[in-house]
Amino acid sequence: MTWRARLTQIGVALAPIGLTLVMTMFILLLAGADPFEAYGNILSGAFESPKKIADIAVAMVPLLLCSAGMLVTFAAGLWNIGVEGQMIAGALMTTWLVESLTAPAGVILPLSVVAGLIGGALWGLLVGLIRTYGGVNEIFAGLGMNFVASALTNYLIFGPWRPPDGATMSGTDPFPPSAWMPLLGTTRASLVSILLSVIALVGVWLVLRGTYWGLKLRAIGRNIRAAQRLGVSTHRNMILAFIVCGALAGLAGSLQTTAVYRRLIPQISGGYGYLSQLVVLLSGLRAEWVPLVVFFFSAVQVGSPRLELRMQLDSSMGGILQAGIVLFFLLVRGFRERWRAPERPKEE
Amino acid sequence: MKIQLRDIYKYFGPVRANDGISLEIESGVIHGLLGENGAGKTTLMKILSGYQSADRGTILLNGRPVHFRSPADAIAAGIGMLHQDPLDVPAFSALENLALGSPGGPFLNRARARRTLETLGRRFGFSLDPDAPVSSLTVGERQQLEMVRLLALGVRVIILDEPTTGISAPQKALLFQALHQLSQEGLAVIFVSHKLEEVQELCSRVTVLRQGKVAGELRAPFATDEMVSLMFGQALGTYGRRPIPLGEIILQVENLTVRSPRLELNGVHLTVRAGEVIGLAGLEGSGQRLLMLACAGLQKPHGGRIILGGQDVTGRPYTTFLRHGVAFVPAARLEEGLVPGLTLREHFALAGDTRGFLIRWDEADARAAQMIADFNIVGQADTRVEALSGGNQQRALLALLPERLRLLILEHPTRGLDIASSRWIWHRLLERRERGTAILFTSTDLDELVEYSDRIVVFSGGKMSAPLETSRVTVEELGYLIGGRGL
Ligand SMILES: Nc1ncnc2c1ncn2[C@@H]1O[C@H](COP(=O)(O)OP(=O)(O)O)[C@@H](O)[C@H]1O
Ligand SMILES: [Mg+2]
Repeated sequence: MTWRARLTQIGVALAPIGLTLVMTMFILLLAGADPFEAYGNILSGAFESPKKIADIAVAMVPLLLCSAGMLVTFAAGLWNIGVEGQMIAGALMTTWLVESLTAPAGVILPLSVVAGLIGGALWGLLVGLIRTYGGVNEIFAGLGMNFVASALTNYLIFGPWRPPDGATMSGTDPFPPSAWMPLLGTTRASLVSILLSVIALVGVWLVLRGTYWGLKLRAIGRNIRAAQRLGVSTHRNMILAFIVCGALAGLAGSLQTTAVYRRLIPQISGGYGYLSQLVVLLSGLRAEWVPLVVFFFSAVQVGSPRLELRMQLDSSMGGILQAGIVLFFLLVRGFRERWRAPERPKEE
Repeated sequence: MKIQLRDIYKYFGPVRANDGISLEIESGVIHGLLGENGAGKTTLMKILSGYQSADRGTILLNGRPVHFRSPADAIAAGIGMLHQDPLDVPAFSALENLALGSPGGPFLNRARARRTLETLGRRFGFSLDPDAPVSSLTVGERQQLEMVRLLALGVRVIILDEPTTGISAPQKALLFQALHQLSQEGLAVIFVSHKLEEVQELCSRVTVLRQGKVAGELRAPFATDEMVSLMFGQALGTYGRRPIPLGEIILQVENLTVRSPRLELNGVHLTVRAGEVIGLAGLEGSGQRLLMLACAGLQKPHGGRIILGGQDVTGRPYTTFLRHGVAFVPAARLEEGLVPGLTLREHFALAGDTRGFLIRWDEADARAAQMIADFNIVGQADTRVEALSGGNQQRALLALLPERLRLLILEHPTRGLDIASSRWIWHRLLERRERGTAILFTSTDLDELVEYSDRIVVFSGGKMSAPLETSRVTVEELGYLIGGRGL
């Protein structure tokens, strides 16, 4: 690569960050706040103590798991917007297990992980079936199933799983301590969760690169008709992709109940499912970039509540930062492709 | 107008598509650009018409250097190109397509477009229905539409890239006549082709490209030998077709009905034996594709039966047909046959044994290396298939087929390929035939049908003729049948 090409590459990588900073700076100025103070607050809010850094790890776990799952469905050319619902389904399955089984931690914790995987997988399977056999676009199928999952959560929290002294928006009663994932020291982070999410991402990376199944998914994603002619059974593999993605999302939901909230709350998915779509887009569908993006998103997530505390700004500034960077990333890439490829025929 | 191309270079990675080409083209002349597949013709013409930029080299118009940054620039300078694959917007009507490309305000000027279409159409004898959606037009009609569009934009140089591929004989005659007329009116016509006869018939000058370089320039009258040796660097060998005894019955089609939104194929009976080659003749869209798709298990029939090796497989899924040793090689290679974005190695991994979890890359690599050598594919194991030339994509498709097949169904197996590649492809197909594979294929090239088929069936408007023994039929008779007479 020539140094010019390399410079362009660096420019293209940094431009979205610069543009996002400029945009948020304007918004902050309009809100009458000092942008640099705000950025400083986010940074200190995210990194000032080991505890905060552990909080970043806590936020990274569901994002890593959901993004890993999304990489699988994206490889097959499917936009699984249903991860949110699949996360919820995993949490519900885990809660059901905890509610109905009394056992020592050594039994219930491994089972809770399995329950999360199964719950999410089932929800993914449903989306997959609706998509392949019902002929409904997976985005609509996924959105529909998300609504069903959150309605079901509310019903369970206010119905069968209602605490004895009355249902509230704060969810079920806390789980018995045997169903609490152990945490690291005095932090909120769980080593098991971290390990599981790292294993999931590495596993997905390996599967997509090096296995027949991964290759088949990529073939389906790029040309479903040709893949079929080459003997790939497209329906089965697409459904499997939904199942695997759902299982990982379900695991994320399960860990939110056992390691973070220690109960089922109404908004158990916390929007991580939707946020992970942004993560995967920003990573350019490449597993290698996911950890970095997830780290950035999580740091913003952990750091931005400080804006509210110290500067009376709304903490949604964090969301604007996250969404802005994705938007500008896509814009810069789009412009670059147009600018780079005048040879492309007009209609492409 | 005089066009000079000077030292044009264009590399695609290791592929030297254009390797220092210089060329002069004058007005009032039909200038042929001849070369086998992958010689670099399309690339050179895309550079001249602003679709691609050269790595190096200059274009001079009347002695002045020009830089085209888009096709619109080139059209403004009077240079327009008709592509090998039409680029129009299929859902629009012919009229809208024409109006889309015209200069003017933000609104489509339908009335003016209609007038243009009528005047120009009349001048060249094109009968185009202005309101027909482009998707319903034949390749030939789309081409006529595109020509009218370019002429309406005032081009003085018109480039046609392999324009006779996929059009009917009358359309071809009309096209050639129009080109003569245009050159007499002082336009420069550049006719890109790999077909010797067409160049001989039409052009008064020809430049032959070989491997990205100019192999030579000739003036009419052209000697075939000379053209061939410039194109290939050597004379062609023929492979010939040995008669072989036919084997057991492989395929029985009984009273088959297949429907598509546009056509119904009705009452088809056909029996095919091991080692037999059946040519499916007819204008495109007469039902051949429906029969092929049904026999490959890719389209469910509405009636009748399909029996493979004695077993009724009517309505069974594609995988059942695969298991019975049936394979289909589509004409749209990158749309239906290969997966753009995946490498040759990945294709061979997919087409091989995919049982197990981890990809056995050593196996896939060995297979890719062997097939690349065996099928003379110009490319490496890690070449993505979309970077291969059409001929090499076709070779790759054939290389991906399973070793043992009972029935091989091919749609236009040599479309867009030069003579040497076509012969080679047929050499490989006939080898399979000698091992007992039955072959069904379509072609619009009557010579190809007569040369390689044992029997030919002719399709016309959803009807299939009784099979004709090739030894007793002539190209002229076939022409009549295809035109719908005698069915
Ligand atoms: N966009 C591209 N990317 C990579 N290789 C290309 C591309 N276009 C053409 N080539 C390669 O350049 C060579 C010349 O192709 P082309 O100009 O299409 O030849 P022709 O029109 O004479 O058949 C071929 O080997 C082809 O594979
Ligand atoms: Mg070409």
